[in-house]
Amino acid sequence: MKDAFGLPQSLLVLGGTSEIALATARRLIARRTRTVWLAGRPSPALDRAAEQLGALGADVRTVAFDALDADSHETVLGKVFAEGDIDLVLLAFGVLGDQAHDEREPSAAVRVAQTNYTGAVSAGLVAARALQTQGHGSLVVLSSVAAERPRRANFIYGSSKAGLDAFAQGLGDALHGTGVHVMVVRPGFVRTKMTAALEEAPLATTPEAVATAIELGLRRRSETVWVPGALRVVMSALRHLPRGVFRRLPI
Amino acid sequence: MPAPRTVPVTGWGRTAPTAARLIRPRSYEEAAEAVRTCGARGGIARGLGRAYGDAAQNAGGAVLDMTGLDRIHAIDADTGTLLCDAGVSLHRLMEVLLPLGWFVPVTPGTRYVTVGGAIGADIHGKNHHVSGSFSRHVLSFELLTADGGVHSVGRGTPLFDATCGGMGLTGVILTVTLQLQPVETALMSVDTERAADLDDLLARLSATDHRYRYSVAWIDLLARGVSLGRAVLTRGDHAPLDALPAGSRARRRPLAFRTTRLPAPPPVLPEGLLTRRTVGWFNELWYRKAPRARMGELQPLAAFFHPLDGVPHWNRIYGRGGFVQYQFVVGYGHEDALRRIVARISERRCPSFLAVLKRFGDADPGWLSFPLPGWTLALDIPAGLPGLAAFLDELDEEVAAAGGRVYLAKDSRLRPDLLAAMYPRLDDFRDLRARLDPHGVFVSDLARRLAL
Ligand SMILES: Cc1cc2nc3c(=O)[nH]c(=O)nc-3n(C[C@H](O)[C@H](O)[C@H](O)COP(=O)(O)OP(=O)(O)OC[C@H]3O[C@@H](n4cnc5c(N)ncnc54)[C@H](O)[C@@H]3O)c2cc1C
Ligand SMILES: NC(=O)c1ccc[n+]([C@@H]2O[C@H](COP(=O)([O-])OP(=O)(O)OC[C@H]3O[C@@H](n4cnc5c(N)ncnc54)[C@H](OP(=O)(O)O)[C@@H]3O)[C@@H](O)[C@H]2O)c1
Repeated sequence: MKDAFGLPQSLLVLGGTSEIALATARRLIARRTRTVWLAGRPSPALDRAAEQLGALGADVRTVAFDALDADSHETVLGKVFAEGDIDLVLLAFGVLGDQAHDEREPSAAVRVAQTNYTGAVSAGLVAARALQTQGHGSLVVLSSVAAERPRRANFIYGSSKAGLDAFAQGLGDALHGTGVHVMVVRPGFVRTKMTAALEEAPLATTPEAVATAIELGLRRRSETVWVPGALRVVMSALRHLPRGVFRRLPI
Repeated sequence: MPAPRTVPVTGWGRTAPTAARLIRPRSYEEAAEAVRTCGARGGIARGLGRAYGDAAQNAGGAVLDMTGLDRIHAIDADTGTLLCDAGVSLHRLMEVLLPLGWFVPVTPGTRYVTVGGAIGADIHGKNHHVSGSFSRHVLSFELLTADGGVHSVGRGTPLFDATCGGMGLTGVILTVTLQLQPVETALMSVDTERAADLDDLLARLSATDHRYRYSVAWIDLLARGVSLGRAVLTRGDHAPLDALPAGSRARRRPLAFRTTRLPAPPPVLPEGLLTRRTVGWFNELWYRKAPRARMGELQPLAAFFHPLDGVPHWNRIYGRGGFVQYQFVVGYGHEDALRRIVARISERRCPSFLAVLKRFGDADPGWLSFPLPGWTLALDIPAGLPGLAAFLDELDEEVAAAGGRVYLAKDSRLRPDLLAAMYPRLDDFRDLRARLDPHGVFVSDLARRLAL
């Protein structure tokens, strides 16, 4: 169960090698989390992640999960929930894609969309139903500032996150009053392996900062969290720029 | 029975809401039926929801609102024994009993609790140092257990001791036989005095508590330096009839139960009303307005026992984020731990209204009953205070190291691995539950969180 501060005792990460998710898990293990499920595509990195969290004192298990294989989500997640209540589901999987390449290769673009959007719709709905049955829990969805307004430089990724973001907001409304809390997290540029090849954007931040913001959001039962917080203002300004101006911005 | 509604449920602190089917049985049969059919996520009894944390909530399962079973069956006005349903409130009992010259044996800081909740948490009052906890005055009760059967449970049995303080986890209490306390009037004779600091406070309480049936100290945890732990002591007893002025209204109707209720605060209040500054002002004012010493003041019962009940829904002043109550006890001989904790809270500048310090007397046998002979301190803190989770964890360490414990009826955040040290009979409790309720029919969020 979560305590009065929204701190979970059990955690299920979808996208078990995500650096943001692992920073969050470390932080939560330092508080109350004792049971961690890392769901992801089997790999040495997944096993290593489990080992590292285990060394912090949590009981960590891995489970094979592929966002692109929507048909399997019911079974895979069903097994996890059958083992006991999950207080927090962190939906962290996602791919950035390669915009230039993906524009030329529509099937690659579709994979980005299927991972970030339809994969998340499927896993999100399955997790939400399980949480609703247990009558409590939080679903934390890693969206992105990119969801707020499509940019020329990465609109394939941006549009998939926009879909995810809209989905998660609607799901939060649908679950209002059911004891289940949905929180949409919109980080800006976070220094992880996902962005390693990119040039750093202004207000760049760290996985640890995202973890801190998630912990705070859980305590406040927030519905939307920006990381860093200043992005809320920046994005609401950018959102209202005329198209012609926005297009010419060097972002 | 109308179809149960699935609703979000919280305790009095309004933190950690979870959804449950709320069922309000109107007969013992309906209660038994609800227990038999509560499904995989079990059920838990709920009284008036005055437990601060998650004791009377059950995510995804059933919550049995027992306030629909609130009959008073029999009162023996000669011996002062009472047979009533567990869902009746102490408020109602006072209305009915006072005119007959009887009072509840133990009352907490609010009279809006049920008899079932009083047993479930084995509550204590300002008279604990003399009268023990609620269970000491319970002669027997009827318990609806996991198999749907009803058992008559008497004193001195394992089931009695597991149920008193057992937080509803042994079953649903249906009826209770209680020994009452005789009174001549509905007024209290109260002595008030100020203590300049913590040492002064402890000395005064230790020296003269035995002279009073009821004793409590309101302590200002925002006071610092030489004023650290300054407090106002209010102690007294039921006023005897001859203490009331001849010819006064009170003398003519000595047993009339008088209460006042102000309007409730609106359901939604802005966050941040309670800051260090506003609370500091309040505490300062309150300390200054208290008399340095006043003897034998006559006060209505409600003013003495339940000042907060004058404002319905006062818990709303903490805003949406809710609040946490922290109550612990440390045994006599561990005053150093108490001093350290008070100093840390003051240093931390928690915007905490008057906290309550009290001396407990002998413990009662309930396995998870909270009181043990020693000092208990209770304080409210807004849940949104940054760093509070870690801070309270540190206080827990101090409490556990001093052989003390925190109160489950107030808890919403204790670290589970400290529980066994705080409650040495925990294993007995778990064993009894495993035998009595092998399928875990009775379960609450508290039980899940702390693996009770
Ligand atoms: C302002 C205020 C002041 C307080 N002061 C004190 C104090 O001075 N001393 C003190 O000890 N406590 C105090 N409390 C706490 C309160 O007395 C306890 O939490 C009490 O248990 C609340 O009773 P309730 O009927 O509201 O029960 P709930 O809060 O609804 O339930 C509390 C527990 O009792 C169980 N329970 C309720 N009914 C039944 C039943 N019929 N059968 C089996 N189990 C049942 C529940 O399952 C739950 O575990 C205070 C609370 C408030 C809000
Ligand atoms: N980093 C940023 O700047 C940033 C900013 C805003 C939002 N976000 C979002 O935050 C989330 C986490 O990002 P991160 O920075 O922690 O990136 P990361 O370390 O690269 O993690 C991405 C995760 O997604 C998983 N994944 C990808 N495809 C998958 C699939 N088909 N099935 C299952 N898992 C799959 C990866 O697993 P494998 O190990 O199997 O590849 C990996 O665990 C992502 O949703 C990302 O879009 C990131």
